[in-house]
Amino acid sequence: MSKPKTMLTKIWEAHVVAEESGCPSILYIDLHLLHEVTSPQAFAGLRSRGMAVRRPEKTVATMDHSIPTDGRPRSALPAEAAAQLRRLEENCRDFGIELYGWDSPKQGIVHVIVPELGLTQPGMTIVCGDSHTSTHGAFGALAFGIGTSEVEHVLATQCLLQSKPHSFEVRIEGRLPAGVTAKDVILALIAEIGVGGAEGHVFEYTGSTIRGLDMEARMTICNMSIEAGARAGMIAPDDTTFDYLAGREHAPKGEAWEMALEAWRRLPGDEGAEHERSVTLDASQLAPMITYGTNPGLAMPITQSIPDPVKVGQPSHRAALTSALDYMGLAPGQKLLGHKVDVVFIGSCTNGRISDLRQAARVLRDRKVAPGVRALVVPGSQIVMRQAEAEGLDRIFQESGAEWRQPGCSMCIAMNGDSLRPGEYAVSTSNRNFEGRQGKGGRTFLASPLTAAAAAVAGEITDVRKMLS
Amino acid sequence: MRVTPLRAFDTLTSRLVLLPIDDVDTDQIIPARFLTALERDGLGKYLFADWRSMPDGSPNLKFVLDRPEVKGASILLAGANFGCGSSREHAVWALMDWGVRAVVAISFADIFRGNALKNGLLTVELEAEAHTELLRVARKDPLIELTIDLPAQVVILPNGRKFGFPIDPFDKRCLLEGIDTLGYLLSFSAEISAYERRCEQA
Repeated sequence: MSKPKTMLTKIWEAHVVAEESGCPSILYIDLHLLHEVTSPQAFAGLRSRGMAVRRPEKTVATMDHSIPTDGRPRSALPAEAAAQLRRLEENCRDFGIELYGWDSPKQGIVHVIVPELGLTQPGMTIVCGDSHTSTHGAFGALAFGIGTSEVEHVLATQCLLQSKPHSFEVRIEGRLPAGVTAKDVILALIAEIGVGGAEGHVFEYTGSTIRGLDMEARMTICNMSIEAGARAGMIAPDDTTFDYLAGREHAPKGEAWEMALEAWRRLPGDEGAEHERSVTLDASQLAPMITYGTNPGLAMPITQSIPDPVKVGQPSHRAALTSALDYMGLAPGQKLLGHKVDVVFIGSCTNGRISDLRQAARVLRDRKVAPGVRALVVPGSQIVMRQAEAEGLDRIFQESGAEWRQPGCSMCIAMNGDSLRPGEYAVSTSNRNFEGRQGKGGRTFLASPLTAAAAAVAGEITDVRKMLS
Repeated sequence: MRVTPLRAFDTLTSRLVLLPIDDVDTDQIIPARFLTALERDGLGKYLFADWRSMPDGSPNLKFVLDRPEVKGASILLAGANFGCGSSREHAVWALMDWGVRAVVAISFADIFRGNALKNGLLTVELEAEAHTELLRVARKDPLIELTIDLPAQVVILPNGRKFGFPIDPFDKRCLLEGIDTLGYLLSFSAEISAYERRCEQA
């Protein structure tokens, strides 16, 4: 009997092309995703070496980071953004890469469109010049973010030099209480282990709670693995995974589907396989979570009070908390319930899928966005947008007074003109509350779509559980 | 043309830019609004853009980067988990364009470390005790010079104290010899083709 293997080890070993002693492995990449921001310098490198893209058919591109979401014509774009989008079009044309671009009915945030097109499949290695590539791990793929030099490596060789990360099991057991979602689970995990807590590791999420989640909720959890410092996050594929994939545009069909299923069922870790680290969370004890600081690890149950830096043991942590509260304009011991909100942002690769919009609509139906609050609902893709419109969610949002916008990264990264003004407070379903992330001087509270929609209605941070009865 | 050529790294002696804060994220190193660049060079002016300027746009001299004593310094001393967040390699390009050649910290975020080493920016991870001692000495005299000896894998303080640091042997070789990692990968073209054939047959 060979030693039991984790899912990470199985996928890793299946993709090692070569290894030299004392050197990292040469790892084959099955799917390479591109967007406008982190690819231009990589293509420039290829051009200067006179090289082609090795496997253009294993590469797909979209426009998401700097694309406007207010329906403005292309002629109204800022010159720099327009030039970057044009450069992506030229590069994809010259190197033979499929681009879901400006006019494509399949355009959207890269981590939303690739799974919905059935391109993300169990057992794959997937990379993108974007840290939230961890999203795709929800399908039992090894998916991680890379820098632009590595984008160039993959374009040129379809491979990366990588050392095998350690496996970190996150076991989540129990039934989620009403009003508590996948976003609350991942915020609770990051709060528990810290923003750098999983460096050098890949999370494998296991347990009854994870098994009970649909694919979109699983993607929300894997998406934010990077916010705990993990290289990637993954979930073993099961019938939920296969049901999601069946019939999607790029999923295998017919006999190929049956063969794929057989291979995918062998992917989960062997009984007794050992992880280097592990942690367990009791989902039944969780409450809706919200961040109060300037990194995703500074999060707490929404009913609690902000911790006091004086009571934090480690000096560097104390300093970080003090400076975060200073930036946020918050005081130790303060409750966030009742704190005023200027903007609510519902969208992003974390929470911009149809189930997220349905949850927001559940709260906004027959209610009004509070006076003085600007609420933006940004679908993650054209496909999500059309689905939402077919279900009438757009009307629910608009009747409540929220803005129904075009797909893109939007105010998650504030590169496209959708941004906070200095000093504004936002409740956001995105993934990062770093200083200035949503606009210079803007202040972000990260939360679930339910909590964000509740804040839009109340005009202040509120406990959504009271609105759901 | 590579705008930031890979330079071989050996030893470096320099004054320090003190930024002993934990969890400095890449959105601080270079805010997203400057990521519309099409080139690698010229990003140094955006390094720590929002910490460097006051709300009215004037320089913030409370922040270390524009103070006279750090002019010409090429070693940044940070805290733990430096470079967390986004995968943007622009963070490394901005640091290098400003003049940073090495970052000394307690730990680094994985993607940042990989990006840094591929551009010839050395990441030095010090044990907490060594980090505390270096910080203590540097706070007493902001003009001290630190030596980083990569072949010996030690940092040398002006008081003569030495502290070792770990580095992956392959990364070390790439830095010392200025090896281009894409060139190394390309030398495996035959193995990559063989792997692809095996997968297609399976």
